[in-house]
Amino acid sequence: MDPDKVKELIENGMSSEHVKVEGDGSHFEAVIVSNEFEGKSLIQRHQVVYKALGDAMKDDIHALSMKTYTPEQWQSMSN
Amino acid sequence: MSQDIQETIKKQIEDNKILLFMQGNKEVPQCGFSAQVVQMLNSYDVPYETVDVLLDPEIRQGIKDFSNWPTIPQLYVGGEFIGGCDICTEMFQNGQLEPIVKSAAD
Repeated sequence: MDPDKVKELIENGMSSEHVKVEGDGSHFEAVIVSNEFEGKSLIQRHQVVYKALGDAMKDDIHALSMKTYTPEQWQSMSN
Repeated sequence: MSQDIQETIKKQIEDNKILLFMQGNKEVPQCGFSAQVVQMLNSYDVPYETVDVLLDPEIRQGIKDFSNWPTIPQLYVGGEFIGGCDICTEMFQNGQLEPIVKSAAD
């Protein structure tokens, strides 16, 4: 699966301000900034993304490593 | 999903204070992500158990259903799901993992 396709699935499956995906076709790395992460633990944040990816997570994606940030966290990091 | 498998997994988690569901075993991990979590746990010098999901397809699928988490490895400490490789790594680096693991081992 193309990293752009993974990005598209995430963008279509949840609300996000920024999504960046890199990968080799089965192993991917993603940076996701979303207000849906507000007040959520890391586990819950990852589950939001896994849900957005749905069956692709079972079939096409062997591994997805992710960094999840709220817009506020993202802003304070870029400053 | 098979009820028996869910019961088996529940019991495994209850019976082991620190339990890592992984591909392969401590000595020979079969996946880089599993190996990373093994290294973190080894660095704390605490006793822990592992379940090799490659030995049992029902456990391999069952633990994904149990945790609502689609990937392996998965770390459980004191009956709580801690996370997969990413979350363990983040908690390892920021120092949150050590007190959780060490207090469970006492």
